[in-house]
Amino acid sequence: MQIEFRDLMVNVATGGVDLDKQLPPVLLLHGAGMDRTVWSQQTRYLAHHGFAPMAVDLPGHGDSEGELLPTIAAMAEWVAGFVEKMGLDPIRLVGHSMGSLISLEVAARHPQTVERLILMGAAAAMPVHPELLGAAERNEILAPQLMTAWAHGSRAHVAGNPTPGLWMRSGCQALLERAAPDVIYNDLAACNSYEAGDVAARIECSVSVMVGSEDKMTPPKATAQLVAGFSEVDLQHLKGVGHMMMMEAPDQIRELLLQALR
Amino acid sequence: MVEPDYLKFDTLSLHAGQEPDPTTGSRGVPIYQTTSYSFVDTEQAAGLFNLEQPGHIYSRISNPTVAVLEERLAALEGGVGAVCTASGMAAFHLACATIMSAGNHVVASRNIYGGSHNMLNLTMPRFGIQTTFVDPRDLDAWESAITPDTRVLFAETLGNPGIEVLNVPAVAEIAHSHGIPLMVDATFTTPYLMKPIELGADIVMHSVTKFLGGHGIALGGVIVDGGRFDWAANDKFPTLSEPYDGYHGITFSEEYGHQALSMRARAEGLRDFGAAMSPANAFHLLQGVETLPLRMRRHVENTESVIDFLETNDAVSWVSHPAVSSHPDHELAQSLLPHGAGAILSFGISGGREAGRRFIESVQLASHVANVGDAKTLVIHPASTTHQQLSAQDLTAAGVGEDLIRLSVGLEDPSDIIADLARALRASQKG
Ligand SMILES: Cc1ncc(COP(=O)(O)O)c(C=O)c1O
Repeated sequence: MQIEFRDLMVNVATGGVDLDKQLPPVLLLHGAGMDRTVWSQQTRYLAHHGFAPMAVDLPGHGDSEGELLPTIAAMAEWVAGFVEKMGLDPIRLVGHSMGSLISLEVAARHPQTVERLILMGAAAAMPVHPELLGAAERNEILAPQLMTAWAHGSRAHVAGNPTPGLWMRSGCQALLERAAPDVIYNDLAACNSYEAGDVAARIECSVSVMVGSEDKMTPPKATAQLVAGFSEVDLQHLKGVGHMMMMEAPDQIRELLLQALR
Repeated sequence: MVEPDYLKFDTLSLHAGQEPDPTTGSRGVPIYQTTSYSFVDTEQAAGLFNLEQPGHIYSRISNPTVAVLEERLAALEGGVGAVCTASGMAAFHLACATIMSAGNHVVASRNIYGGSHNMLNLTMPRFGIQTTFVDPRDLDAWESAITPDTRVLFAETLGNPGIEVLNVPAVAEIAHSHGIPLMVDATFTTPYLMKPIELGADIVMHSVTKFLGGHGIALGGVIVDGGRFDWAANDKFPTLSEPYDGYHGITFSEEYGHQALSMRARAEGLRDFGAAMSPANAFHLLQGVETLPLRMRRHVENTESVIDFLETNDAVSWVSHPAVSSHPDHELAQSLLPHGAGAILSFGISGGREAGRRFIESVQLASHVANVGDAKTLVIHPASTTHQQLSAQDLTAAGVGEDLIRLSVGLEDPSDIIADLARALRASQKG
C-alpha cells in the first residue's frame, strides 16, 4: 500500500491484508540497496498470526518516492517520524543489516517509540570493502555481484530454497540491480561511516538478535561485539546460514520472529 | 581486484538446486513419483494454501523433483526463478497467459518455430490476443509494430529455420522504452551459449525437450523469470500489479517484487491450466542438464566440421549458419554468442524439392524426425513437415524455401556424420 508522508508516497507491504491498527504493529526495515521484498517470506505469515506487519521501502528504494537519506541518523529520524505520523508507537522494530543500524538508532534516540527491537545481520560497525564501495560509486554491476556473493552462506550458493522454483542468488542480485543509480552507494557509504558509540547501552527495550554462522557481511564476531553492549538480549544462532537469513532460512526466521514478537 | 566467488556454470549444471536427499542421503536426484504432501497440522496447511509459507502441496503446483530442475535452470540462466511445464509449448502458453489478457497484443518475430507461430497466429486470437509478426532483424519494424495494447515482444534467440541471431540488447531496449518486457525462446542456444537475461531479456522460455535434455526421451518446457523488469512501473500488467482474489487479494508485485512473475505463473498458471511437468520427465531432463556444457561444446565443434564439408559440396547451393562468414548475422553472433551459434543449420540442395526428398530418404545415420537438439544427428525438410500448415506466402515470409534442409548436428563422430551426408547428397543428385 502507498502511504503519504511528508508530501511523498511511501510504499509498504502489509502481508496482503489491509493494515489493521488494532493489531500490534511491526515495522520491518530492509538493508542496503534492497527493498521490502526481503521480508516476503515473513510478512504474509505475520499478517495471519496476530500482527500488523509493515515492510517499508525506505525513501528512494523499491516503490517509495523521495530523496535518498545520506546517513543512518537521517534514516532513523525519518523512520521515527513515519511511526509517529502513522500513530503506531510504541512499535516493534525489525531491522536487517543497514536496517538493523537504523533500528538501533531509532530505539536509542526515541526510547518511547520502540517497544521491542529485533536485529538480523547486525553489528556495531559495518565497514564496507573499499572495492565494493568503489564499484557501487561507479554504479557498476560488480557491486550487486559482490554483495550477492558475500551475502549468502555456502548452502544458498547451491540449493536449499524452500520456495519451489526460486533461485536465491539471482533473486538477491536482481533485487540489487533494480535499485536506482546511486542507491547502493548511498546506503553502503552510510553503513561504512556509521559509528555506533554507546548506542547499545542506550537501548531500553527488549532486544533479540539473530546471527547466521556463515554471515560474511556482518560476521558472528562483529555481531558479538554489538551484543556485548546490551544489558539484556536474546541471541539466536542459525547454523549454515549467511547474511540473507530471512531468505536463506525463512522457516526458522518466521518461528524466531514470532517468538521474539510475542 | 575482488571478484564474486560464484560457482561456475559447469558446477551449477551438476549441483544447482539439489542437496543430498534429506531423508535417504541419495546423491542423485530421486524421482518423487508422488502427487501430494502431508501437512504437519491444519495451521501449516492453511499457511501453505495462503502463500504464507513455502512448501509442496500437490504436484500440479510443485513437486520436489521438478523443483530441482527449476532451480537448476534458473541458476544456469541467472534468473530469479523458473517454472517447468509439460512441454515447451505449455511454457510459451503459461508465460503469455500469466502476463496478458483479452485485448492485449504481441509483437513477434516471424521466424519462429511453427508451433509457436500457430499459437500466436491462430489460437490466441480466439482468446482476444492479437499478434503482429515482424522481421526480427528490422529494429524499426519492432518499434513501429508496438501499439498501446502491446504487452510483450517475442522472438527466438536463434530463429527457425534461417538461424537469425536476435539482437537481444537492441530489441530489449525497444521493449523497455515502451514499458514492456522482451521474452525470448532460447531453445536453440541454451544458457551455455547465451544468457539472454544478462543481455536484457526479461523472460526466457525453453523447449527443455531439446538440447537441455539432449537425449530425445522426454518432453518438457520452462519459463525463467529474469526478475529485472518492473511490472508495477505502469498499469499494463494488472495480473502482477493489482490485487488478485485468488489468494485473498494478494498483489504479486507488492509481495514478491522481482519474483512476482514466477510466483503468479505457478500460483495461478499451474494451478488453473495444469500443464505441470511430470517428475519422471524432470528426472530424465536433469540427467541431460548435468552434461549440458560438455555436450554443447561438442555440438558446436561437430557443427563447424559439418559446415566446412557442406560449403565445399557441389550438391549444396547455400549453407546458412551464423558461423558462416556470408551469414547476415555473422558479426552479431561473434559478439552475442562467443561460444558458438548452436548446432542447427540449414542448407539448400541443388535440384529443389525432388532432390530434397531423395536426400532425406537416403540418409542412414541421420534420423528423419520432427525434432532438433537431440544427441543424435537429425534432418528434416520443413516445407513438408514443421511448416506445412503455413500458407505459401507465410512460408516465404518465414524464409522456408522448398530446397531447404534443416540439420540438427549431433554428437556422433564428425567423420561418420559427414560420410552419411556425403552419401545422401550424391544420391540426391541422381534424379
Ligand atoms: C524453438 C522451439 N520452441 C518451442 C518448441 C516447442 O517445444 P515442445 O515440443 O517441447 O512443446 C520447439 C519444438 O520443436 C522449438 O523447436
